[in-house]
Amino acid sequence: MTLTDFLLLLRDSIPGGVRLAIPLIFTALAGLFSERSGIFDIGLEGKMLASAFAAACVAFVSGSPWLGLGAGILTSMLISLLHGFASITNRGNQIVSGVAINFMASGLTAVLGQAWFGQGGRTPQLANEARFEPWEWPGLEAMDQIPVLGWIYRFIISGQNSLTYLAFLAVPISWWVLYRTRFGLRLRAVGENPAAVDTAGISVTFLRYRAVLCAGFLCGFAGAYLSIAQSAAFIKEMSAGKGYIALAALIFAKWKPVPVLGACLLFGYLDSVAIRLQGKSLPGVGEVPVQIFQALPYILTVVLLAGFIGVANPPKAGGVAYTKER
Amino acid sequence: MSQSTPAIELIGIDKRFGAVHANRNINLTVAKGSIHGIIGENGAGKSTLMSILYGFYHADAGEIRVDGKTVTIKDSQAAIGVGIGMVHQHFMLVENFTVLENVVLGAEGGLLLAKGVSRVRSALKQLSEDYQLEVDPDAVIEELPVGLQQRVEILKAMVRGAEILILDEPTGVLTPAEADHLFKVLRVLRDQGKTIILITHKLREIMAITDTVSVMRRGEMVATRKTAETTVEELAELMVGRRVLLHVQKGAAHPGAVALSVKNLTVKDSRGVTMVDNVSFDVRAGEIVGIAGVAGNGQSELLEAIAGIRKPVSGTITINGQEVSTRTDPGLLRDLGLAHIPEDRHHMGLVLKFEEYENSILGYHKDDKYLSGPFLDLDAIQEDAKAKIEKYDIRPPNCRLKTANFSGGNQQKIVVAREIERDPKVLIIGQPTRGVDIGAIEFIHRRIVEMRDAGKAILLVSVELDEIRSLSDRILVMFAGHVVGEKTPDTGEQTLGLMMAGIAA
Repeated sequence: MTLTDFLLLLRDSIPGGVRLAIPLIFTALAGLFSERSGIFDIGLEGKMLASAFAAACVAFVSGSPWLGLGAGILTSMLISLLHGFASITNRGNQIVSGVAINFMASGLTAVLGQAWFGQGGRTPQLANEARFEPWEWPGLEAMDQIPVLGWIYRFIISGQNSLTYLAFLAVPISWWVLYRTRFGLRLRAVGENPAAVDTAGISVTFLRYRAVLCAGFLCGFAGAYLSIAQSAAFIKEMSAGKGYIALAALIFAKWKPVPVLGACLLFGYLDSVAIRLQGKSLPGVGEVPVQIFQALPYILTVVLLAGFIGVANPPKAGGVAYTKER
Repeated sequence: MSQSTPAIELIGIDKRFGAVHANRNINLTVAKGSIHGIIGENGAGKSTLMSILYGFYHADAGEIRVDGKTVTIKDSQAAIGVGIGMVHQHFMLVENFTVLENVVLGAEGGLLLAKGVSRVRSALKQLSEDYQLEVDPDAVIEELPVGLQQRVEILKAMVRGAEILILDEPTGVLTPAEADHLFKVLRVLRDQGKTIILITHKLREIMAITDTVSVMRRGEMVATRKTAETTVEELAELMVGRRVLLHVQKGAAHPGAVALSVKNLTVKDSRGVTMVDNVSFDVRAGEIVGIAGVAGNGQSELLEAIAGIRKPVSGTITINGQEVSTRTDPGLLRDLGLAHIPEDRHHMGLVLKFEEYENSILGYHKDDKYLSGPFLDLDAIQEDAKAKIEKYDIRPPNCRLKTANFSGGNQQKIVVAREIERDPKVLIIGQPTRGVDIGAIEFIHRRIVEMRDAGKAILLVSVELDEIRSLSDRILVMFAGHVVGEKTPDTGEQTLGLMMAGIAA
């Protein structure tokens, strides 16, 4: 592969990178709401998977992607309630609860899928009307005349589905909720010092439940995106570790909404490059195992955590159940 | 004081936690526009009573009247609603929020923040003019000194319209100057008609600032006095239930050879910040050297370095002629005759889940007398523990009880007994009486002086200036990692206070 080929590959990876970043954005924002309230959410992966399954099932039966999305969101929020019940009401270990959710989602989706459809854990192929299909924007030819911008218009702005646009909208909305509303102020406070919230006469429990429900809501979009927008069916284990990458992105972004967007786009892009590089040799380097690119998000996060690129301070009360004392 | 309706009346308040009867039929009347002190030992029930008033707990029985009207306070929101504000001992602040955000929290006045923020901003401006409570609303809490953080707590209560302000041990973390300023603010508040309830165990503060004082002992309200008509001695006796010696009795020191020597010591904390900066001093056998300073000025790191817990960056530490500074091996130091009573008994001194006898040998479990072959000799250890319990009057006298079930004072005695009974040559002590009742304070102080008289070298670190002044033979003042001066114990509190604040040397 020549250097030009390589540069072209880097460019052509961009649109794919954006597509791969969408579930990460939803999921990382979900984690943001949960973790900023002091509830660690390792179960993002499981919620995404369960929501993907529910969305595919309902979209197949009803033929409507929007009903599918609704089912995905509902499922994910129910699982969030379970996580809340274990870790907020019963003060259980949040990591254990999250891991349990991941196992449960992975097992249940496969078993239910096989029992209902008999296709080895897959759901039946969706018709195009039952999916979120890409939107073709007007004036592609006209825009093609303009260099660079035309390319961006054709391959990035146009040709995306509704959920992609929603993901980009979710970032400023999350920022606004966190920093400009009463709920956001209280949510950020409860993740740092729940006692301060409690003595101000605000219920820590109710607040944290609302935060994990926000997380469930956003995670539902991520799952639906996987099964009824990106693909046309649910496939066993289709979340494939994206929940963990999203967590890494969340840490990489230091638990802030706008940097979350950047981190997710970066990680999505790395994934996209890795896919295209498969079996090709780099100029001057030779063939590089794809695993290196797949591991990069984690490596970057570890480097960040080790303090080489700034300090990532997690919410102080994260992972600790609140008990009223004195 | 006016004869009008009292601000607060508590009638027959009763509260049990399981077997513990925390409040027994408490009656209390607090006059409007007064500063009312509530004093008592740890576990006397002061905090429980105030928590009931602030809606943190519910009383099993009894009635609360605010301004003559019976109220039910089911949570903190309800307490705020009837005009009660509380400044907690451990500040209830979000450290990475600004002052403004902390004050707004819980008083937003709507779903969106903008309006509440600008309302609170102007309220803060007004309050700073009315009550001398200036603080920059855009400063981040963790960057403010504790005195200002406490002011934010007061402002939180005021912005919520508190007419009655409860302060729980407010001066524990303050420098003398900051405490004086707080008292000035409290007087201004009182003169403007606010009612203030001050919970403390410091008798001096009660005498300095309150109009009326109520004494609690073992869950009961034992007396209420006009402050002007009582004395420190009477209050101490009421608190403890017997006569207490408030001043340490000690003769002149007879210092011998240098036992502990610290030269050019520099220590960094875990964040890499230099906490002890080029510090040198000697402690001789038979003297007590006290280190005064506001918490966080390097005393903890100094103690940790000498105890072998934290490795110094540079400098030397010599114990009985042997240099030990390059070692971080507390066991070796103990063999050299160093004993350490750590500042924080919960994190360093004790394993709270262990039974008492296990803690009574912690760190000395390899001593021959506690071993039989490779195994612990449990009989010998328990005999030893029982002897210490007897000698140090540790209550309850049961060495098989879980350490967490002892009171703070008795836990401290377990640590003190363990370290002193090993008969060390050099004793380093951090906060010997933090969270300890006056009765036990008296006992621990006496033991420390006895150790001195037995020719031991003692280094004492305490944030209680009174303690430093009454025990020490020489006082070193630490500020920002430096020893800023050496003084004799008869130096005035004001001079030391200024040095602790880094103002004078």
